[in-house]
Amino acid sequence: MQGIDHFLDEGFIRPTLDWHALAPELTFLAVGAILTLIDVIWLEKGRKYMPALAGIGLLITLVPILTLAIDGNERVLWDGAFVVDEFALVMKALFLISGYVVVLLSANYIAEGDYWENEYYGLFAASLMGMVLMASARDLVTIFIALELLSLPIYMMASWRKRSLESNEAGMKYFLMGVFASAVVLYGMSLLYGVSGSTKLEDIGAAVGAMDGSIPIVTLGVVFVIVGFAFKVSAVPFHVWAPDTYQGAPTPVTAFLAVASKTAGFVALIQLILVGFYDRSDVYAPLLWVLAIASMTIGNLIALRQTNIVRMFAYSGVAQAGYMLAALAVVGTSPEVGQQALSAVVTYLIIYAAMNLGAFAVIHAVARKTRSGEISSYGGLFTYAPGLAVAMVIFLFSLTGIPPLGGWYAKLVVVQATVSDGTWFGYSLAIAVAVNSVIAAFYYANIARLMFMSEAPDGDTTPIRVPFALTAALTITVIATVVTGVLPGLVGTLAEANLIAFGG
Amino acid sequence: MTEFLEDWGLTLAIFLPLVGAAIMALIPKAEEQLHKTIALLTTLAVGAIGVLLVVEFDFGSSGDLQFVVDHRWIDVINSRYILGLDGISMPLMLLTMLVVPLCVIYSWNHFPEPHNPKAFLILILILQTGMIGTFLAQDLILFFVFFEVVLLPMYFLIGVWGGEDRQYAAIKFFLYTLFGSALMLVSFLALFFLGDGTATAAGVANTFDMRALPEAAQAIGITAQLWIFGGMFLGFGIKVPMFPFHTWLPDAHTQAPTVGSVILAAVLLKLGTYGFIRIAIPILPEAAIEWAPFIGALAVIGIIYGALCCLAQTDMKRLIAFSSVAHMGFTMLGIATLTDFGMNAAIFGMVAHGLITGMLFFVAGSVKDRYHTLEIKRLGGLLVSAPKMGWILGFSVMASLGLPGLAGFWGEFPVILSAYNPAAGLSEELFRVYMVIAALGTVLAAGYLLWLYQRTSFGTPSEEFTDNPEITDVQLPEWIAWAPMLALILILGVYPNLVFEMTDPAVGMVSELVAAAGR
Repeated sequence: MQGIDHFLDEGFIRPTLDWHALAPELTFLAVGAILTLIDVIWLEKGRKYMPALAGIGLLITLVPILTLAIDGNERVLWDGAFVVDEFALVMKALFLISGYVVVLLSANYIAEGDYWENEYYGLFAASLMGMVLMASARDLVTIFIALELLSLPIYMMASWRKRSLESNEAGMKYFLMGVFASAVVLYGMSLLYGVSGSTKLEDIGAAVGAMDGSIPIVTLGVVFVIVGFAFKVSAVPFHVWAPDTYQGAPTPVTAFLAVASKTAGFVALIQLILVGFYDRSDVYAPLLWVLAIASMTIGNLIALRQTNIVRMFAYSGVAQAGYMLAALAVVGTSPEVGQQALSAVVTYLIIYAAMNLGAFAVIHAVARKTRSGEISSYGGLFTYAPGLAVAMVIFLFSLTGIPPLGGWYAKLVVVQATVSDGTWFGYSLAIAVAVNSVIAAFYYANIARLMFMSEAPDGDTTPIRVPFALTAALTITVIATVVTGVLPGLVGTLAEANLIAFGG
Repeated sequence: MTEFLEDWGLTLAIFLPLVGAAIMALIPKAEEQLHKTIALLTTLAVGAIGVLLVVEFDFGSSGDLQFVVDHRWIDVINSRYILGLDGISMPLMLLTMLVVPLCVIYSWNHFPEPHNPKAFLILILILQTGMIGTFLAQDLILFFVFFEVVLLPMYFLIGVWGGEDRQYAAIKFFLYTLFGSALMLVSFLALFFLGDGTATAAGVANTFDMRALPEAAQAIGITAQLWIFGGMFLGFGIKVPMFPFHTWLPDAHTQAPTVGSVILAAVLLKLGTYGFIRIAIPILPEAAIEWAPFIGALAVIGIIYGALCCLAQTDMKRLIAFSSVAHMGFTMLGIATLTDFGMNAAIFGMVAHGLITGMLFFVAGSVKDRYHTLEIKRLGGLLVSAPKMGWILGFSVMASLGLPGLAGFWGEFPVILSAYNPAAGLSEELFRVYMVIAALGTVLAAGYLLWLYQRTSFGTPSEEFTDNPEITDVQLPEWIAWAPMLALILILGVYPNLVFEMTDPAVGMVSELVAAAGR
């Protein structure tokens, strides 16, 4: 029972701070502060510089991450509550780059829509800060703080289109569900703290691993925490908020939700399961198995029936969460399998970010002209916007898993991880992933079919003007999608990330 | 030169079409003539590389992989960029290199609606990369990548340039093949994990290397082997396509544009049969022996079922599509015998079927261009209205039904013969029953093909088509595209050893693995 007693006995000892390890967070804090200050001082005059400043701030934050990566030392702060290891660095970089693409998507949307702009980027920076923090959090309290920091701003950003009922609904639903999930997580955490007497994941791992047999309170704690984060990653049956929220929220926010927020959920799950609950695979393996199978099957089947493209992508996101959960389900088999599954999920997250952000960029660009989210409005896109149509095809078939586009490698490593389990527990997941990618192929190919093989529904074939920021976002995501597919070794090396306290 | 070819020949053969496609992508759509020229030059250059490879190829040891390239690719999963050419790959690679430029020439003056030669030709070039890559890859993951690369261009070729029901046919084709290859991938990964490791630079590791897998896979228990073979069977069997997975084929063939049908028939179907001979059988010979009676049964069902369907067809293109099901049944029967003889015949059957059925689809396409219909009832008198084309159709029909002296014969007759004496471990009685049924199939084949020829070419043209100025005889691009194929059908028919010499040593190695497992 360290903690308060410890301080009372010895007085407060200032922990030694490793400033280099904290540099990314501190840099980004400064960026957020500058954005807010500009709003306070210059008011509306600062408006037009906001997206550029936010984008530059994000890129500057990558610098300390790069120096930390070059330095290569693993750093442990505050007795293990905050850790900088390869895994943390890779995920931080992924969050920041995804965030940069989201800024590119937001630039025109927010500026043209007569929305509050300064606050938008301030909130956005706060949320991203939570995600960056999440990647280093190895302590229940840190994880919870990161979770709230990343979630709260998004509740507001989801209802940014304040005159639209749908958008208000989106924010409200997400808020209620999110708060509920947070409560569930918190309850699970309190149980785990009660059992282990520590909030550090490593201590919890040692404590719950040392107990023999099934202990109800541990089971409850683990299940509650995983279920809480299952809301965040929108796994079935905790996905019901996702379609409505995705549809109602502004498209850039949807992209942010679908990619960065979901990634943050997975980062938390990875840390909790691999470090905190690792030896409790009797609890989490069956739970994740069910969540994975249900998410991919139900997500894909419902996606087949969608007529709105954003809703379709919401369900496709549910299915993809299922694929990643499938890899997570087998981590407990052995440390080798666990390492394999870890790098599979990291690989999937990286490629997932590229192709989904890209798809949302196209959706956003097309909606600028058609003002519609209906799938039928994609008819004949190739005839009047060939570039967008080809880009969309690249993202769609990457999502389907057709080589040489990134998605195939993501699916491959997930299937590989599940097969490496070597029992029917893993094989069944592998076969489910394989069969599900075929189901998914139908609705992805359907959009390709509309774009290339149908006429424009209203006969309106005026070309689409794509603003510079969107072109940049599309270029980044197309290149990332293709390169990860042709040279998967690159992302594979990144994904072999070491997670401290797991597997050495 | 030799050294350059050793290191770069195969890589160039695979990726040169992609370079051509990339150049074309940068040129505006309106420069149609330029697009056609670039596409033709690219495919001819690929063909030239093929010729150089043939010149440098050591036919004395065609059982060994030559021009081997082995580079790091995805270290994390120990998948490598391994290419190699041997007697099994050679004929199929050459077939691809021949058919694609002929398709470009054939399309020269009449691109199907909605025209757009740029997109059409780019897709064909991407297709060529996928096809050649599949035949040369010697690493399972690399193989899988190329195997899948062909899906997209074909999907768009059928879906955009196809007939009435093109969208349905395109998605059906896409989903069927994707389903098979998804399970095939699971099988590949199971092979990877269950097989023994081999020595690599970083120590012993599991491998996707097809050269090492026959040995590495011996460690796998027979139950697991059967499951793994089952997954590959689905992947390759759907692609072939074997009965009962064939239903995508008639739709895809009927709806695809002419050139799409030709490539589909000539090369794409062979990816499946090639997979059996290259991957499934040598790596898992024990499982192959268990599966062979079942595969043989499906093969003969395919032969008879395909033939009966042909007899019932009213559309010329659909009839030819079903005849593919029957012909691929012969090929699969040859493979199912697991003998040297049977598999050699199967590879010959693949090449012959590629040339002959490709030819039939070419003629069907030209007929459609002139008559705007392929309904057999309305056609007739082709020999009167376009005599040269009528004779060419007659020639291809004869070749297809297996007339001795033409290529088709050597794809069917030896297969039937080989079923008399299947590999050790297989039931002779059963395969002799298959043999009899397959022989009956050839009679049916003669029936439906001659009947087709009689109804379309004999007699006098119906009133709606007499003196129709649109119905012209064979045009120049058609001559250029068809002449090499017709010549090859004759040459291979007279001197089949051209192919057998190449394939025999390589196939011998596969059949030895089977024989070792059967003992």
